[in-house]
Amino acid sequence: MNEWLDPLLLSRWQFGLTTMYHFIFVPLTIGMALTVAIFQSAWVRTDKAKYLQLTHFFGKIFLINVAMGVVTGIVQEFQFGMNWSDYSRFVGDVFGAPLAFEGIVAFFLEATFIGLWIFGWDKLPKKIHLGTIWMTVVGSIASAYFILAANAFMQNPIAYTINEEKGRAELTSIWELLTNPIAIAAFPHTIFACFMVSAGLIISVAAWHLYRNQHLETMRPALKFGLWMMVIAGVLTTLAGDQLGLAMVDAQPMKMAAAEALYHTATGANASFSVFTLGTPDGVHELFSVRIPYLLSFLSTHTFDGTVEGINNLQAQYVTLYGPGDYTPTIWITYWAFRWMIGLGLAHMLVAVVGLWLTRGGRSPKRTWVWKVAILSFPMSLLAMSVGWVFTEMGRQPWLVFGLMRTADGISPGVTGVEILISLIVFSVLYGILAVVEFKLILKAVQKGPDDAPVQDAESGAHQHAVTVY
Amino acid sequence: MDLTILWFWIIAFMFIGYFVLDGFDFGVGMSLPFLGKDDTDRRVLINTIGPVWDLNETWVIVAGASLFAAFPEWYATMFSGFYLPLLLILVALILRGVSFEYRHQRPESSWKKWFDGLIIVGSAVPAFLWGVAFANIVRGVKLNANHDYIGTLFDLLNPYALLGGITTLLLFFVHGVVFVSLKTEGDIRLRARKLATKAGIVAILAAATFLTWTTLAYGTVASALLAALAAALLIASFLANLRGAERLAFALMAGTIGLVVLTLFSSLFPEVMPASNNPANSLTIANASSSTYTLGVISWTALIAMPVILLYQGWTYWVFRKRIGRAHVDLAVH
Repeated sequence: MNEWLDPLLLSRWQFGLTTMYHFIFVPLTIGMALTVAIFQSAWVRTDKAKYLQLTHFFGKIFLINVAMGVVTGIVQEFQFGMNWSDYSRFVGDVFGAPLAFEGIVAFFLEATFIGLWIFGWDKLPKKIHLGTIWMTVVGSIASAYFILAANAFMQNPIAYTINEEKGRAELTSIWELLTNPIAIAAFPHTIFACFMVSAGLIISVAAWHLYRNQHLETMRPALKFGLWMMVIAGVLTTLAGDQLGLAMVDAQPMKMAAAEALYHTATGANASFSVFTLGTPDGVHELFSVRIPYLLSFLSTHTFDGTVEGINNLQAQYVTLYGPGDYTPTIWITYWAFRWMIGLGLAHMLVAVVGLWLTRGGRSPKRTWVWKVAILSFPMSLLAMSVGWVFTEMGRQPWLVFGLMRTADGISPGVTGVEILISLIVFSVLYGILAVVEFKLILKAVQKGPDDAPVQDAESGAHQHAVTVY
Repeated sequence: MDLTILWFWIIAFMFIGYFVLDGFDFGVGMSLPFLGKDDTDRRVLINTIGPVWDLNETWVIVAGASLFAAFPEWYATMFSGFYLPLLLILVALILRGVSFEYRHQRPESSWKKWFDGLIIVGSAVPAFLWGVAFANIVRGVKLNANHDYIGTLFDLLNPYALLGGITTLLLFFVHGVVFVSLKTEGDIRLRARKLATKAGIVAILAAATFLTWTTLAYGTVASALLAALAAALLIASFLANLRGAERLAFALMAGTIGLVVLTLFSSLFPEVMPASNNPANSLTIANASSSTYTLGVISWTALIAMPVILLYQGWTYWVFRKRIGRAHVDLAVH
């Protein structure tokens, strides 16, 4: 068969592409919903016009993303059946439950209340309207939990038994499934990272306006808010990431070894973390590297004399356990994705801390490059999020469900390479065009800046709200 | 009660929810060229579903996830077997969804025309293809022993399935137009009523043929009764619309669509995807379902959550119960 029509390769590209694309809108929905809810709460509490302006302004950016989040989400769910039918058959009994929970418990909530929020400005009492955005926040965060619990099963399959007769995994405890240690650690890590992304957006937007010396009244508090949100979410993401690392070493030691390109088992000072390696990180052709001794030992075990298992050792173990085969992920991808994720994450927090210092007491930095760095916050935070997912999903390979099912065994036997090539091209073109439109619309909304403070009715003292319609 | 039977009907309920709700969204979308004489009209039309299309569309996500959880084999066979039709549905839903959001972002009429076109096509394609898909399931498709679909794309485009597609398209169209008459005021409301009458005649003919065919070829006593009831409700809705009883006409249309879905599901029962080439390869509620434990877990969740969901979704419709007219959108700021 023509290697370009390999259904496995094409399905993997399609799933990777559509998932990463979808996950641009997920953090924006989760993070921006919270941001908007906070600004609106501030307005309801203080009645200051600037908070209402900020609510409307960031609300508009939020809304441009919502439709994309919803429609690209349908693709995600359909794809399990369309492209990974044997996977769906094998894990449906286990994996389907959290997905059904997500839909029934969380997604309905999110989708319903967001409609109420968008169109309810002039139809609902102030506080109830505020409640609708908070319900959206709750829905979006709960939704993330169930999806991460489902994903955690792929990383660390638990709470199942194999039914030999039906040839599938069956759920034994829903509670155990939902409290998978990987889910417990990945949830805060992901949610706080989502907050970092929206903090990045706020910083970028506010810095862009402040650099041009406009909308100071609203953008100064927005910048301050964004910087604080970044610092707090950054610290929490890091702490949760550390926990996730420990859980990962437990469940998928190969992933940690692949993150470090550690071929030989190392202990204590030798279990060093390489910040940077020149040459191919395959352990043979290393030309130059900057290493921090003990750090890998600490990251993996929280002790300085811990032992971190190497790739070769694990590969040998897996061959004994699962039979002949290559059980190593693509090392250069995991190695660099891990570094970019951590590096960008730390860089963000640094930018935010420096930003808070430079703007302390209402100061405004004069240097151009300071602002330019701040404006880069958003694209960089998205990149950090994306490489984080690349790391965790590529680090799972060659497994689809770790230790249970190989990626190659999960595809749809009945779907041809040509069909998948068609869908891959369709999604690529469609998503590409929509990305351009989306980007332009967001840019336009951002550059326009917040609207003027809403007019206050002289008699009733109430703010007049524009009626929202399409 | 056997949980597999319960879940067969819960899945039916979820698809009824999806088709009744997103059905009128599709209908409103398809009505743009007929009822939307100018931009203000078209905005009135789109705004009748503005606050609710998103939650209506969520029903398909929940139906899909529930199918995955309750009948993994059914989900896997159906979604991989109908690969290209589902791709088309996805593309249509994506284009339609973003068009609602993008359409009003720029004032140029060329920009708006683009998105109007996408809303029309993006509504018509799923309205047609969902009917084709479900008619094919009832008719039976070629499956191998692993339950993988082994037919071709052209096997899916048989006369019965195409008639099924035309039927759902027309039913959703009428459903949407009746919804417009219920949700708007002024001239457009009257035009919607007239259009519902004209389209209603065509829909009755298509639905009657499709339901008769279904009953004769694949029906049971129960499905025949449901089909007859569906036809009766459709005609009643037609008459109600003629008399200007908009609310009743809409409720009866919703009932019609629900009963058509029930007719199809009860023709299927207890199979979920009959294999036309070899009955031994058919998927049934027994061999396609999840374990009793999993079904139990999701049963509790669904049974506790569904009343709450219906409550807050009902509240949404109540909040946005007012009719929309040209004056509303002309005054409004985006």
